[in-house]
Amino acid sequence: MSAATEIAAAVRAGRRTARDVLEEHLARIDARESEVHAFNLVLADEARVAADAVDAAVAAGADPGPLAGVPIALKDNLCTRGVPTTCSSRILAGWRPPYDATVVLRVVAAGGVVVGKTNLDEFAMGSSTENSAFGPTRNPRDVSRVPGGSSGGSAAAVAAGFAPLALGSDTGGSIRQPAALCGTVGVKPTYGAVSRYGLVAFASSLDQIGPFAGSVADAALLLDVIAGPDPLDSTSSPRVPAALGPVLGAGVAGLRVGLIDELVDAEGVEPEVRDAVGRAAAALEAAGATVERVSVPSVVYGISAYYLIAPAEASSNLARYDGVRYGLRVDGDDVATMNARTRDAGFGPEVKRRIMLGTYALSAGYYDAYYGKAQRVRTLITRDFARAYERFDALLSPTSPTVAFPLGAKADDPLAMYLSDVCTIPTNLAGHAAASVPFGTGRDGLPVGVQVLVDAEQEPTMFRVMQVLEEQAS
Amino acid sequence: MTDGTTPITGPIRHPISRADVEHVARLARLALTDAEVERLTADLAAVLAHAADVAALDLDGVPPTAHPLPLRNVLRDDEVRPTLDRAEVLAAAPVAEDGRFRVPRILDPS
Repeated sequence: MSAATEIAAAVRAGRRTARDVLEEHLARIDARESEVHAFNLVLADEARVAADAVDAAVAAGADPGPLAGVPIALKDNLCTRGVPTTCSSRILAGWRPPYDATVVLRVVAAGGVVVGKTNLDEFAMGSSTENSAFGPTRNPRDVSRVPGGSSGGSAAAVAAGFAPLALGSDTGGSIRQPAALCGTVGVKPTYGAVSRYGLVAFASSLDQIGPFAGSVADAALLLDVIAGPDPLDSTSSPRVPAALGPVLGAGVAGLRVGLIDELVDAEGVEPEVRDAVGRAAAALEAAGATVERVSVPSVVYGISAYYLIAPAEASSNLARYDGVRYGLRVDGDDVATMNARTRDAGFGPEVKRRIMLGTYALSAGYYDAYYGKAQRVRTLITRDFARAYERFDALLSPTSPTVAFPLGAKADDPLAMYLSDVCTIPTNLAGHAAASVPFGTGRDGLPVGVQVLVDAEQEPTMFRVMQVLEEQAS
Repeated sequence: MTDGTTPITGPIRHPISRADVEHVARLARLALTDAEVERLTADLAAVLAHAADVAALDLDGVPPTAHPLPLRNVLRDDEVRPTLDRAEVLAAAPVAEDGRFRVPRILDPS
């Protein structure tokens, strides 16, 4: 099941060629991509060159690295030098970045083979990948349903077997929620654990890059490659994170796990999802952990606070799309008219909604009532988590309140879509780590994800819990 | 103010109105259509109504969190290093001229 780990081992040992691995995955893309639409761009030729280089290194007696020959898909908000990076927005259509994201360089340096750029909700704003200027991605488990979002293309690519690994970004749940809906593993690392250099910014105090994988071990493999300090990102943590490989298999005996009352009982959580979390808790107990209920009261304000803070930061970050330095320009007689026409033509409805919301929340007379209050709520949530982590090593909740929903079901109701993130948002506000692990199925046989939450920099504990859940789910 | 040029002076009224949306659109440099203004007036009202729970909290004495890490003035050595390639950067611009970005006029000639 640990496809990436096995591929890398086989390629490093010369038992399999990277080219052979790649062709197998390109054939799967050929067969199903037209119905799934996971990618904005498939880089078949570039990937063949990269795979051949890995094989040449092995033939020359060199070690290509821990991702040797492993195909990997990149969310299309990660900059790739000379390769179009669109954020699924018309405003960046055709843009070729003049630099690579740090995570891209690290993946390539580790022998990874980039197969393509995956679809997303425009500028990572959404929970269904329907807000893409290039059309929606569909859930490989049931193509009448959404894959979740915003990293829906990356989740779908892994679920469809197009690549054993993918990278996404998570601002309020954009890795974990699509991982849950597509039945893959998805990890939002601690804020600062992974460099954001070259990740197109949405909400800079919340954004974090993380892995999608078919297994917990594969997610650990990729996170070990991308994590660590980066002088190009002043918000990356200066501490070198603990390697995850060595903790795999350590089990959960003696760990204290808390079941978050407010998220298990949140409005809109489907009974099958709640049951899955209950079964996950029982599985951890059976494996030697203790499990108790815990209240983290202020998480109920998470959605409200997030939908003031994230749009506020976005309205500032997206000011750079002004028709001057890159991307689309719609002409006007003066520069302000050019800016405004470019932005109206280039941004889709959800991006405009968030820019407007954020600009309003930051505007004179409303700053204290909305943005200022939301920042104080952020403190409350962090304090409540700190209290919970005095008693518990890890916390448990649903990832998404529901299984994958049909395309169009929430497209006309922004607030209903925002509520998809109720369980994932608190982690981003606190800057902690959390992950989604598939745990059984819910309505219509669709995958359910269970969320494992830990304090900042406690990824080793999180991966121990994730791995036991993975074992017990099958 | 519907012509998009008259400056707003007084405070924004509540609940959010069409005029508020037009004002905010000008601040955000978005040339919205009438249909967009209408839709956004309803959408913003719905989200702000949901945020009323937060706006109503008494949080005096709770400090704000702007960022999850307690970082202050992250500095690096001041040394000359290569930067982005100028030709590569300008190649991505909608219009470039003489090694610079070209834009429409900024100041009114009158």
